[in-house]
Amino acid sequence: MSGKYLWRLGVIATVFLGGVYLLMPTYRLLTMGEEEKEKMDRQTLFSLKKRALNLGLDIQGGMYIVLSVDKEKVKNPEHLKDAADRVVEVIRNRVDQLGVFEPVIQKVGEDRVIVQLPGVVSKERARNIIGKTALLEFKLLADEKVFADFLRSVDEVLGGGVEGISDTLKGGPFTRYLVGYEGDVAVPEEYWDEVDSILNLPEVKKLVPVGYEVLWGRTVQTPDGKKLRKLFLVQKRTPLTGANLVDARATLGQQQMAGQPVVHISFDRTGAVIFARLTGENVGKRLAIVLDGVVQSAPRIQERIPTGNAQITGIPTLQEAQDLAAILRAGALPVPVKIEEERIVGPSLGADSIRRGMLSLAVAFVLVILFMVFYYRVAGVIAVFALLANLVLVLDVMAMLNATLTMPGMAGLILTVGMAVDANVLIFERIREELRKGKSFRTALEVGYANATRTILDANITTLLTAIVLMFLGVGPIRGFAIVLTIGIIVNLITSIVMTRWIFGYLIEDRKMQYVPI
Amino acid sequence: MRIKWLENPKVDFMGRRRIAYMVSSVLVIIGLVSLLLRLTPLGAFVGIRQTWSIDFTGGRLVQVNVDATIDEVRSATLKMGIKAEIQNIGAAKEFLIKYKEEVEPDSLVRGLENTIGKPVRLDRAEHVGPKIGAELREKAIILTVVGLLVILFYIWLRFDILFGFAATLALFHDVIITWGLHSLLGFETDMTVIAALLTLIGYSINDSIVVADRVREYLGRFRLLGLSPEQLMNVFNDAINSTLSRTVITSFTTFVVVVSLLLFGGPVLFNFAFILTVGVLVGTYSSIFIVASFVLDWRLRGSKKAS
Repeated sequence: MSGKYLWRLGVIATVFLGGVYLLMPTYRLLTMGEEEKEKMDRQTLFSLKKRALNLGLDIQGGMYIVLSVDKEKVKNPEHLKDAADRVVEVIRNRVDQLGVFEPVIQKVGEDRVIVQLPGVVSKERARNIIGKTALLEFKLLADEKVFADFLRSVDEVLGGGVEGISDTLKGGPFTRYLVGYEGDVAVPEEYWDEVDSILNLPEVKKLVPVGYEVLWGRTVQTPDGKKLRKLFLVQKRTPLTGANLVDARATLGQQQMAGQPVVHISFDRTGAVIFARLTGENVGKRLAIVLDGVVQSAPRIQERIPTGNAQITGIPTLQEAQDLAAILRAGALPVPVKIEEERIVGPSLGADSIRRGMLSLAVAFVLVILFMVFYYRVAGVIAVFALLANLVLVLDVMAMLNATLTMPGMAGLILTVGMAVDANVLIFERIREELRKGKSFRTALEVGYANATRTILDANITTLLTAIVLMFLGVGPIRGFAIVLTIGIIVNLITSIVMTRWIFGYLIEDRKMQYVPI
Repeated sequence: MRIKWLENPKVDFMGRRRIAYMVSSVLVIIGLVSLLLRLTPLGAFVGIRQTWSIDFTGGRLVQVNVDATIDEVRSATLKMGIKAEIQNIGAAKEFLIKYKEEVEPDSLVRGLENTIGKPVRLDRAEHVGPKIGAELREKAIILTVVGLLVILFYIWLRFDILFGFAATLALFHDVIITWGLHSLLGFETDMTVIAALLTLIGYSINDSIVVADRVREYLGRFRLLGLSPEQLMNVFNDAINSTLSRTVITSFTTFVVVVSLLLFGGPVLFNFAFILTVGVLVGTYSSIFIVASFVLDWRLRGSKKAS
């Protein structure tokens, strides 16, 4: 059994089966539960994901964030140069350390950065990593007495009975919100808002000693589970910043710090000199380590530190210590940024979306198959095969181009199915018309394909033009739709014109069939 | 045995074109009024709810899943000092909360949990700053203008002036009716709607091309004969009837596909599916009753003048 169409049939079979094989990793990933993914080792999962079709944030869940350089807060215009590029670099470093698979971080326009984090589970953590400017500063704390005087003066200004308070911080209109914790002044969670608004009152701001400012500490958890934030009075002057940092590592502490997360930092030569002088001149005083305006810890300076090495302690978990080290290592964002746009899709919504997308695709597909086979018989079966091949190949091409399938992309896929059916209906109707005129099947086939091709091209070109416009001018969701539609149309021309023609050719030339039920 | 449905129909489409003109005019007017009220400052002025999505206006949108009634959710947001627009979507437990206040989605969820006393799952959160909103608005306009220009260019390339004009008319007809109905029902116009409308235009043009090609082909046969108005009308009817099976079948299959998207695709694809479902119907109708009818009437007027 040999014929001139047999090898073409072979080509079709190879392409189709190959296409199906290439989609196996995608299929496995889609059908795998979250727990199964958790159990899998990271390396295997990543390699599986690498081979599978990328799924959009709207399908697998994740975050989409648009950041822009906050020009108003940049005082030095020199810093604006390439600011966005440097932001991209810093964020990429940070995200890489997070271990997110295939994050997208790109500069858009002059001063915008788009960050896409697929499948990021902990939203707050990701947002911290991205949003943090990671401005690390070292500031000297005010003496305890200065701080206590300040607190008392706030009470006085607010009025109300100050009942003989000496150095116990209790009972005043302000100090009643405060508690003592680890020898520092702290505020329980329920009063954070009140204390913050008091501190922002103009008359209270005036009380802050010249050259000093009040800063909040990080959130800490007491052994009995309460959340507190400490308050500090620090010098405004910043003798040393993270700009002089060369390395930061997180470990679990030794000796008296046993089991506690510690971040070791080391300074460059300039930093080390400044640090040595700073510690040497202020032995016995406390030095606040301030990250993005929040005091991380405020250790007392025991002695002059000439080596340029220091430790940040007081971080609750090793995970957080590692994140902090990562941020410090990656460097501070060169300029302040603000979030312009933010879209978050929870994983359950994503799962729901993909289920619905699949369902509507399946329903549409089954109905179309039933109709085609019922209405066009054997020819209908051929068209259905072309339709299947179309779907498989579109997904393959997307996987190869490293494109991403989004929900609008699903819509594009479904529309492609519609277009593919349209092409075959046009051909088949034309063949029927010729058959009605009494032509032989072979002639009707020739004429039908020849005549319908022009109309099919027309139909596909109009849609292709729209798709291309959408692809180049569209934003986010629209682009996903346009990409699928563009690929779909191109594949469609091959599957519904060439592929079906070859199968017909095989049936009447090689198998010598006189007529194919149509 | 072959199924011979629609094999040789003889429907007098052109005889009914006056009725179609009336129907179209009414629908277009309703569409225009709806667009005017829903999407322009005029509507806002008379107090009609505007349906631009936060893509274009800026603001926040949070979708949560919580076992509560819409009133519970509403009073909980009010308690937090948020003037939100709340919508129940899809499954009974899913709520869309749209607001302008600077409240992070996480704190909104915490606030809801505290007031309602049930676990709240954050499914989706969107925040579009005013700057991006303005930019997206601008992009949508550019997208529409360029999309239209490209398609008009193609029409110009593919049709003569008369058919081109008729096809352009049909295009506006389809968009106004479909978009108008979508806004009339209170659905929001977001970026997907713009994309769907452009897709619809592509579909509608494609359908017009098939009908117009056949009309031209049949007219060509009679080029040298002076046709009486009745004969001219018959030529148009024959041309439309000969493409009818194709038109009906492809419209039907496309319709099946987009309806399944509408019914099963869920909220994310709803806008898209809605526009295309209505659009397929209107687009098919307009190829026959706007494009063919308009060209026929033009010709009839021309032949009257000549005689």
